[in-house]
This record gives sequence, C-alpha cells and structure tokens, in this order.
Amino acid sequence: MKRLIGSLLLVGVLLIWGCPDTSSHSRGVFMLLDSSGTYKKELKQSEAIINYLLGTLNPGDYLAVARIDSGSFSEKDIIAKTTFDRRPSMTVRQKRQFRKNIDEFMRTAKSSSFTDIDGGILQAIDYLDEHDAGKKHILIFSDLVQDLPKGHVREKIPFKMPGYNVLALNVIKLNKDNIDPRKYYERIEKLRLRIEDGGGKLTVIKDLDRLDAILTK
Amino acid sequence: MTISDLMLRLENVSLAHVIPFLCIGVVLLYLARTPAHHAIKSLGRVMHNALRLMARSTLLAEKKVTMRNREVLFSSGLESAERIIEREFQRVDAVIKRDLSNFPVLQRSMADQLARVEEDYHKSAELPPPSPVWIRAIEAVAKIPSDSDSSVANILAEIHKTTEHQFKHTMEEFRKVSAERHGVLNRMMPAWRKLNQTLDNMGKKFNRLQERSRIIDTRMTEYEEIRARTDKAERSLTSSSLTQFFISAFVLLIAVGGAIINFNLIALPMSEMVGGGSYIGNFKTANVAALVIILVEVAMGFYLMESLRITHLFPIIGQMDDRMRHRMIWISFTILLVLALIESSLAFMRDHIAGEIQALRQSLSGSEVETTANSWIPMVGQMTMGFILPFALTFVAIPLESFVHSTRTVLGVIVSMALRGLAFLLRLVGNIIHYLGELTVNLYDCIIFPTLYVENKIRMRRREKAADGVEPATVDVGVAVEEETR
Repeated sequence: MKRLIGSLLLVGVLLIWGCPDTSSHSRGVFMLLDSSGTYKKELKQSEAIINYLLGTLNPGDYLAVARIDSGSFSEKDIIAKTTFDRRPSMTVRQKRQFRKNIDEFMRTAKSSSFTDIDGGILQAIDYLDEHDAGKKHILIFSDLVQDLPKGHVREKIPFKMPGYNVLALNVIKLNKDNIDPRKYYERIEKLRLRIEDGGGKLTVIKDLDRLDAILTK
Repeated sequence: MTISDLMLRLENVSLAHVIPFLCIGVVLLYLARTPAHHAIKSLGRVMHNALRLMARSTLLAEKKVTMRNREVLFSSGLESAERIIEREFQRVDAVIKRDLSNFPVLQRSMADQLARVEEDYHKSAELPPPSPVWIRAIEAVAKIPSDSDSSVANILAEIHKTTEHQFKHTMEEFRKVSAERHGVLNRMMPAWRKLNQTLDNMGKKFNRLQERSRIIDTRMTEYEEIRARTDKAERSLTSSSLTQFFISAFVLLIAVGGAIINFNLIALPMSEMVGGGSYIGNFKTANVAALVIILVEVAMGFYLMESLRITHLFPIIGQMDDRMRHRMIWISFTILLVLALIESSLAFMRDHIAGEIQALRQSLSGSEVETTANSWIPMVGQMTMGFILPFALTFVAIPLESFVHSTRTVLGVIVSMALRGLAFLLRLVGNIIHYLGELTVNLYDCIIFPTLYVENKIRMRRREKAADGVEPATVDVGVAVEEETR
C-alpha cells in the first residue's frame, strides 16, 4: 500500500513538474518602418506603436524593429532586436535600452530613394522563423507603395509564413489614390494575396486602438 | 416542409375533394374505435403505472436518504456532544487540580488561623487583677470611730492614704490590662480578615465548580436527548448544522479572498525566480508556483491545527502519541514561519519590480517619472501582509472542518428535498398522462360523432323493437364488444 501511494505521488510530481508545456506561449513581433522619401515624415507616429509594444510584451517575447529602404533584405536594416529575458526586472532594463536605440534611429534616420517592402517581409520571416515564437506578428508601418531598384528580384519569391499575422499600419492614401482609389485598394489586395498565398493573414489597421485587441488574440 | 407551406397547399385544395376523404376517414376511425380506445387507455395506464412506480421508488430512496441523514446527524451530534462534555470535564479537572489540590494546605492554614484567633480571644478575655484581700480588713478598720483617739485618726488617715494609693495602683493596673486586651483584639483583626478572605476565595472556587457542573448537566441532557434520538434533538442539530454551514461558508469565502490577495502578492516576484515566460499547460509557471506555495501554507496550517487538537480532520494525527504530536507542531510551525518569511521577501521584491515597471511605463508614455513620497509605507504594508497572511490562512482549517461536517447534512437535506420534489413531479406527470389518455378517447369519439350518432339511433330502434316483442335478426358485433368492454 505504501509503495502504491509512493508511486502515485511520484507520478503526480513528475506529471506536474516533469512535463512542462512544449508549445511556445511567447510572441514574436517584427516591425518594419518605411523610411522612403514620401513616408519618412510619418515615422514619428511609429514611436507610439513601438512604445505600446514595449509596454505590452512580456518576458520571453521577441521584438525587432527594422527599416524599409532600398534593399531591406539585410540584417543591417535591423535597428534594434531583443529577446526579452525570463526575469521581469531584466526585461525592464532591456526595454529601456531598446527605447534608446529607437530614439537614436529616429534622430539620425535618412530617407531612402526606393522602398523594398517584400524584402523587409522576407527579412522578418527569416528572423521570426529563427525564433520559436508561439505567435508571430509582422507590423508594417508603410504606405505599401513598393519601389524597387533595378535588378532586385522580389515578385517571384513566395512568402512562406504559415500562421503569421501581418498588420499593415498607417496605410496612408497618396495623392494619386485620391484621383483613382482603385490604386489604393489594389496595393492592399496585392499584398494580401502574397501573404495569404504564403499561409499568413493580413489585417489593415487604421484605428490604432484595435492593435491591442489583435496583438493579444 | 414548414407549417406555412402546408397551409399554402391546403388552401389550394377544394372542399369537394376533401369531404369524401373525411367521410372515409371517419368510417375507418369508427371501425377501429374499440381497439383504438383500448390502445389509448392501455398506453395511458402503462405510463401512469410506470410513473407511479418511479415515484414510489423515488419516495423510498428519499426515505433512505432521510434515514441516512438522521444517522449522520445524530452520529456527528453525538461526537460533538461527547467532545464538548469531555472538554468540560477537562476544565473541571483543571479547576480541581489548580484550586482544590492545595485544599489540605488551605485547611491547615485555616486551622492555624483559627487557633491563633482562639488564643487571642482567650487572651483578651483575661480579667483585670482583683483588688487585694486586705481591702476588706481596711474597710473594717475604717469603720472604727476616730473622734475619741487621735492615734486612731492618724492610723485611719494612713489607711486612707494607703487605700488611695492602692486605688490608683489598681486603676493603673486595670488600664494597662485593658490596653493589653485591646492590643490582643487589634492583633486578631488581620487574622479575621485573612480568614474571611480565604473563605471568600473558597466560596468563589466552589461557585465556579458549581457553574461548570451546571453546564455539564445541560450538556449531558442534550447528549441524552441525542442518544434517545428525539425529534427535538434532530431539529436542534439540523438547525445548528445549517447555521454552521452558512457561517463556515462565509468564513471560507473570506479566506479565499485572503488567498487571492496573497496570490497577487507573490505571483509577480515568483516570475523573477521561475521565469516569466514558462508555462505548465495553459498556466504560467510563476502563477502555479505561487499557488503551490499558498496551498502548502494551507496544508501546513491544517497539520498545525490538527496537531494542536483544534481540528479533527486527520485521525492519524489525532492517534499519534504526544511526543510525536509535539514534534509535528514544531515542524509545521517552522515550515510556516519559513514560508511566511519567503512571502515577506517576495512582497518586498514585488514592490521593487512593480516600481520599475511603473517607471518604464511612465517613461514610455513620455510623462515625468514621479517618485511617491513615503514610498516605504506600501512596501512595509506588503511585507507585513506577506508575513501575516500565511498564519491567517492557517486558521482556514477550523471553518473548513465545520463546512465539511455541515455539508454532509445540508447535502443530505437538499437531496432529500429534491427526491421528494421529483416524486411529486412523477406522480403529477403520471396523473396528467392518465387523464390525457381519457381526454384522447373522448376526442376520438368527438371526431367520429356522426357514426356514433347513427349507431345510437339504430340501437334505440332495436331496443324499441325488442320492447315491442320483436327479436332482432342479427347482433352487431362491434356494439356487443363495446358493451362487453363497458
């Protein structure tokens, strides 16, 4: 009888402590900031979103911010990246440092001649795939107008992003969109098709208050 | 097909088409009348009987549950009464050991005091020294006439002088003795007071003992009533059980509130120890760890209360010998103390981390980082709560025991009431079905009333003919069967 009770206790302890949840509960967020000539003046608004992310992400989550310029498929375009420590006190320090890096970028950012959104998304997929995050979000802070330098190949490369949640933020309407709104919707639809073909999901957010609900889903 | 579709179709059908079908239908129903009546009535009877049986079984089950409840109630009441009486006897024993064990000493002391008082009394009763015997001789001499002889006068004067001197001396002696007697009486006063006080104390002690014996008498009467299983005892025990149930549930709710606060105090700092991003199932490891700590505290509280013999949840602990039990008391208390200290330090850490997070949020929102005046007050408050709450949770064992005991009775009462309600419902449904069967039979007859009318007319004519002495040629089989069944 004593042996039986002992074995049951051992099994119980092993069940509770020995088998932690294998599925990851962490969130990985990769934010792309458009620094092209037409959009650079909008960058200031992205600070609020980055601050919001820093305020809501928890220990164990991943965050990276990169800029979209002429050729965005490059590690050099990553402005700041971090994996938040498991300890909350350490996480607070990391967030402070992250914020400093972003402030530095905002001060020194230069506008680029071209806009490589697809390259940025590929870079984001590359980064998030490397980290085993349970929920993967790509935030694109851009007008979604892609303008590639000559010779850059992007259209033929499919996105492989199953389960990814892509959020297009602050997709402003340009002057030419005002003349022909179809161009605005075509831009969004084109990106949506590319993302959905890759297994991801695109959500366009105009009201930033919705961001909270989408990120915490 | 919906009802509206059906109605639409019916609207398109003309009455001329329907009437022949209706007539055929009525005739067919008339032909099937007797077996149909049988079938409907049988179905009604079967369902009525089945439901009545079910109701009876439910009532039997309810009786069994009530009996069991009674047994449980009396056994727990008996146990509780025994415990109370045992405790009262222990109190009486303590009073006797404390107050009456030194009764011989007290008696000796009282006897000494009485002897001293008696001695003093005797001393105070001593008479003053009597006047000397020769006073009478002097009196006789003093009666001799002194007019004739001057020498006699001189002698008498001398005698007078001596007498006065003697009187003075005697008075002085008397005063002295009186003063001595007063002194003795004065010395007697404290002895009297002490004796009075001793007697008062004795009286109080006996009164206390008498009070305890009266309580024991009351408890014994209750105990005897429970043993005799009287209705009065049952009512009293049920009401007491219900009161206990609600009170203990309320106290347990308060304890749950305390546990939640405790949990919130230590969950955040636990993430600093076990990591904020790890999960067990869908729950954060830090939350689970905090919960485990609280549950361990509650468990230690149970052991402590059990070892102190305040609660009786674990008979094994109650059966342990006193040495082992004392060890258990110290072990569980030490673990509780260590856990309380850990919680206190976690509360300190929580304040620190919460402060940092708050400062970060303020800096992210662009506002100035504010430093609160007297920021040590919430920190000390949290640390104190972290230290006190584990000990407060220890006492959960007491209402929990009451709750467990009273829940048995309350659940029994609820089950019994539910069974009684179910039995009533079953009987009601059974009766409704029975009368619905009869209603259906009557409705059936209403539908085929033209054929019944014709049948009635034929039967009337036959009866008239029979009354006139003419025998009917044939007998309607349907009518015969109908009459037979009636």
